[in-house]
Amino acid sequence: MEIRMNNLTKIFSAKNKKDVHAVDHIDLVIPSGKLIGLLGPSGCGKSTTLYLIAGLLRQNEGEIYFGEEEVTETPPEKRGIGLVFQNYALYPHMTVRENILFPLQNLKIEKQEALQRTVEIAELVGLQEMLDRKPKELSGGQQQRVAIARALVKKPRVLLLDEPLSNLDARLRLQTREEIKRIQRETQITTVFVTHDQEEAMSISDEIVVMKDGVIQQMGEPQHVYNFPQNLFVAKFLGSPQINIFEGEIKNKIVYANGMKVGTSKKPDQQVVVGIRPEGFTVDSTKTSDFHYVIDLVETIGRDTTLIIEVEGNDGSLLDKKTFKAIVDADYKIAAGDEIYFNIKPSKMHLFDTSGNVL
Amino acid sequence: METKNNLRAWIYLAPLLILMGIFTFYPLINAFIISFYKDYLPISGTASGLTLNNFSYVFRNQLFWASIKNTFVIAFVSVPVSIIISLFISVALKNIPKLKGFFQTVFFLPYVTNAIAIGMAFAFLFHQDYGLFNVILGWFGVDGINWIGGTSSWIAQMSALLVYTVWSGLAFKILVFTSGMQNIDKQYYDAAKIDSASKWTVFKRITVPLLSPLILYISITSMIGALKAYNSVIGLFGTQLGAQPYSMITIVAFVMDISINYLKFLILVTPLRPQSFFL
Repeated sequence: MEIRMNNLTKIFSAKNKKDVHAVDHIDLVIPSGKLIGLLGPSGCGKSTTLYLIAGLLRQNEGEIYFGEEEVTETPPEKRGIGLVFQNYALYPHMTVRENILFPLQNLKIEKQEALQRTVEIAELVGLQEMLDRKPKELSGGQQQRVAIARALVKKPRVLLLDEPLSNLDARLRLQTREEIKRIQRETQITTVFVTHDQEEAMSISDEIVVMKDGVIQQMGEPQHVYNFPQNLFVAKFLGSPQINIFEGEIKNKIVYANGMKVGTSKKPDQQVVVGIRPEGFTVDSTKTSDFHYVIDLVETIGRDTTLIIEVEGNDGSLLDKKTFKAIVDADYKIAAGDEIYFNIKPSKMHLFDTSGNVL
Repeated sequence: METKNNLRAWIYLAPLLILMGIFTFYPLINAFIISFYKDYLPISGTASGLTLNNFSYVFRNQLFWASIKNTFVIAFVSVPVSIIISLFISVALKNIPKLKGFFQTVFFLPYVTNAIAIGMAFAFLFHQDYGLFNVILGWFGVDGINWIGGTSSWIAQMSALLVYTVWSGLAFKILVFTSGMQNIDKQYYDAAKIDSASKWTVFKRITVPLLSPLILYISITSMIGALKAYNSVIGLFGTQLGAQPYSMITIVAFVMDISINYLKFLILVTPLRPQSFFL
């Protein structure tokens, strides 16, 4: 089921305070059968967007369509959605079976079939042994799966997940995100999930939607968005460690960062912001490149070495130091204090104008 | 370390335990023992042996059985009814956030109003000719009921007493339930909405189960309160304890009546010995 939002707007007004445009005139099409990650820092409007799709919040403007059907004014119970809450919202006094049965009972599904579907969905999420337990007797990951089962058992048109992994520990998070991906593939249900964790969004989404201040910054396949960020915000938000930002300029088709040549560009001469991914640096053993720095700190973890390099412009204490990070192959033996010459991979370098839009 | 802490705990508890020992536990046990005394004189504290006659005296008393019946009807009808009504009112209050504060005050007023005054007001509301209840019944073409007049039936009197008891018990229950509902995570209601639950289903399967600890607490406390019903009878019927004398007598009223009459009798027959008042 394709989800289409036209000009969708949600304004929260509070007495004596400025209105907050949590979702600001967004147009978005979520393709059918895909797993979409809504991504952004907290307060960017991603959860609000999810709750607007669910119908638990009412938009101030705009329309929402599920396929051809307009659901703008449809109450949540008639939209045919499954929603997994951040805290799962499992009814604590009901067993897992009762929790999963609850939506089916409300939909007046015949008892035998309802029980049958409950067992089937429990098998899908791997909880068939846990059906008679209460939620508090389950681990966080199991509770999560009960919540997904409860959302899926009524065969919704759309599955919505609000920060599905935020309450899980690191190991379980990896496991659960694979699980969500698998369940989504098996059910082929259009799924939208909200997260502030870019790694999480990039690892399992078919497409990601990056939001900021209620506005969509960019949408696309995770790797595409990562490789071709449309603005500085997207470039900074995706990737860990963060992209390195330098002040620079284009002069005679040559790009300079911190006054040193880092590449070429066909764009006209101007002041620019140069973003270089940490993995975009290679060590120039011939020491002929222009971009060179004295290494401050070296961290070798497994196959990668992270070089931390201090740049000018820090006037404060240790924590205010302006640094950038370069990730290079661990084969190079580099020690703090070495002067290293870098080549820059053109595909890992992004140029933005001074207002942050990609050139 | 442990014993030291225990000692400290006992010291902290001591004032309360001593007071409870003197004013609760001792009188409780003592009253039980006294109930077996023969010819007990409360003023002098003397008795002439042990007997079971006190019990047979009570058990043979018609008023005692009437008081048991009345009290149990009050307790087992008014408690569930008032709990159910106050649950509904609390849910309704939750759904009108703007007027909630106003109505909460309205519903709470009976709690801070004198029970006797409310009883007198109700006595007028139940008046056969001018009372509000009969006026309303009149709108529907029902003849006025003799609720609490001199010739009214036991059922009519009990109904009036129950209406009064339920109403005056609502205030505290609504207060407890509304604050309890505020502690129920809103996500459960959102989840239920997504799960297509009707309002009744939400009430029955989410609100009530999640409030059940409070419902239990309220059931116990109001059951205890109802078993001690006395003010309500006095307020509604005056000191003759019913439309006919003693027709609405309760256990506490029975105890009061017997002891007052007995004390009057004792004062008449016992020569005054001032020092014995201190016993």
